[in-house]
Amino acid sequence: MALLELNDIHSYYGNIHALMGVSLKVEQGEIVALIGANGAGKTTTLRSISGLLHPRRGTVLLEGKEIHHMSPNVVHKHGLGLVPEGRGIFPALTVTENLEMGAYILDDKKQIEENMENAFTLFPRLKERAQQKGGTLSGGEQQMLATARGLMSNPKILLMDEPSMGLAPVLVDQIFDIIRELNARGTTILLVEQNALMALSIAHRGYVLQTGQIVLTDTGQNLKANDMVRKAYLGA
Amino acid sequence: MRLPMGWRNLRQILLPIGQTVVFVTGAGAICSAVMLLLALVFRGSGADQALQATQGVGILTYTFNSLPQVLIDGMTIGFVYAAIALGYTMVYGVLQFINFAHSEIFALGAFCGVESLIALNKMGLLAQASTLAAFMYLGLALLVGMASAGGMAVLVERVAYRPLRNSPTLVALISAIGVSFALQDLIRLTESLTTGQFYRVIPTFGNFDERINLFRIGSKVVDIQVKSVVVIVAAVLMLVALNYVVGSTKVGKAIRAVAQDKNTAALMGINVNAMISLTFLVGGALGGAAGVMYALKFTRIDPFVGFMPGIKAFAAAVLGGIGNLTGALLGGMVLGMIESFAGAYLGTYTMGAFGAEYKDMVAFLILIVVIVFRPNGLLGEHVSQKA
Repeated sequence: MALLELNDIHSYYGNIHALMGVSLKVEQGEIVALIGANGAGKTTTLRSISGLLHPRRGTVLLEGKEIHHMSPNVVHKHGLGLVPEGRGIFPALTVTENLEMGAYILDDKKQIEENMENAFTLFPRLKERAQQKGGTLSGGEQQMLATARGLMSNPKILLMDEPSMGLAPVLVDQIFDIIRELNARGTTILLVEQNALMALSIAHRGYVLQTGQIVLTDTGQNLKANDMVRKAYLGA
Repeated sequence: MRLPMGWRNLRQILLPIGQTVVFVTGAGAICSAVMLLLALVFRGSGADQALQATQGVGILTYTFNSLPQVLIDGMTIGFVYAAIALGYTMVYGVLQFINFAHSEIFALGAFCGVESLIALNKMGLLAQASTLAAFMYLGLALLVGMASAGGMAVLVERVAYRPLRNSPTLVALISAIGVSFALQDLIRLTESLTTGQFYRVIPTFGNFDERINLFRIGSKVVDIQVKSVVVIVAAVLMLVALNYVVGSTKVGKAIRAVAQDKNTAALMGINVNAMISLTFLVGGALGGAAGVMYALKFTRIDPFVGFMPGIKAFAAAVLGGIGNLTGALLGGMVLGMIESFAGAYLGTYTMGAFGAEYKDMVAFLILIVVIVFRPNGLLGEHVSQKA
């Protein structure tokens, strides 16, 4: 049984048919990349998984349990974490408070403190900024905070929406290193990226999304070598 | 780790008390200074001569001697406005929506509190109540007012606002105005059917009407009514409690998270609807408590009692910077002070051309001037910073 499984989901914004039968699987321990052009439906797919948008047809299974009819807060309790597009930092909460909100569903204070320590070990920069308001952080720091916050609840799978967006190249490398490290520590990751080259370099498998449909799927390495992918997304 | 946490909690309690002191003294000092300047300007005027003739003191002495009393009254009413303004500003912070029915939530709290006191009075409990018992009964009335107003606010949100959450704000605003009239008539209908009249008078009990002499200036005694002390103490306690809950508890942080970004808050496992209901509960309860305090201070209430304090508290929330809890306190205090000063001196200074009944005009004129120069309110942030 796959950890996360989408079967033929159809999602709409009003009358606009945004996803036209998307199916994909993420196995325990994988990094799976979902790539595609602007407007292909990458973010819509993540919204449909996380409960922000309810697909009209199809099923979303987390550990075999149907989650597509649940509200986002309930989906989250079942072990799905999302680092949203644009990072979604609470600008007027401090870094610590942002992290506390990431652990909102945990009751064990010891566990929360431990996770907070882990976050600060992973991102020492955040510790320096612990009492600073989220809105005052730089773009890179905000991405670190969003990622750390996504991990605070010990999710079974972490969905990341465009973690490299708007970051300087050196920071992009850093973020991808971190994603790889998180995965090495056992976190399963579904990664949505416009930076297809980077995403496919670290992903075990990848899916190519085009106007609401999956048009191609293979291992990360094979996709990187695929002619169509190279032409369309890698600029080669 | 333990000690700093304790320190931080203590800070959360001391901070609002400190702010309150600063705002009260600041608003009071500025109003007093302006008033004394005006008195200097008016020296030798007709108003001055009239005062010399009737009371034997010049306008400067007259103004100076009456300042403490005016300040105390302004502070009392300022706290009532602040408590109501918090309801507007909390809801605005979370939903960016003005809950115009809040003035009727306030009125409902006032009626439920007063009705419970009338019931206690009929049982004969109030007449021979000791001072301690009187305070307990008043506390009970406050709780009844808070519970009913808070409950009604939650119900109103569930029925009239939540279904419109994704509609343009203007639609919800109209709904709020509709709820406002509906609640007014609900109170009127219930009171008419059960009591045959639609105004109520709070029973006289305890020592709330007594005056405590504070000090004297010349021949004038400066005093404060026991009920004013009750209003001030209750308001400060509520402010401190609210500040602590919103600032330091998990649930308070969740409310702030919802205010800043509903989708992300939901993704963190926060039940957004529950937090919005809670915001209405707390805001409504504060309004209800303010209603009971208002009834205690002004004794007579009718179903339309919420309108003026409601509109003033809304103005206070905007004046302070809507969405900002500290701003609501500051705005309420400033408005209360201005109103108290205008009420006390307008008649004397204009030699009766404008009486105290024009105090609202002065208060709102000053409000307009402030808003023109500071559109985001005294403590308001730019909207862009929030997004």
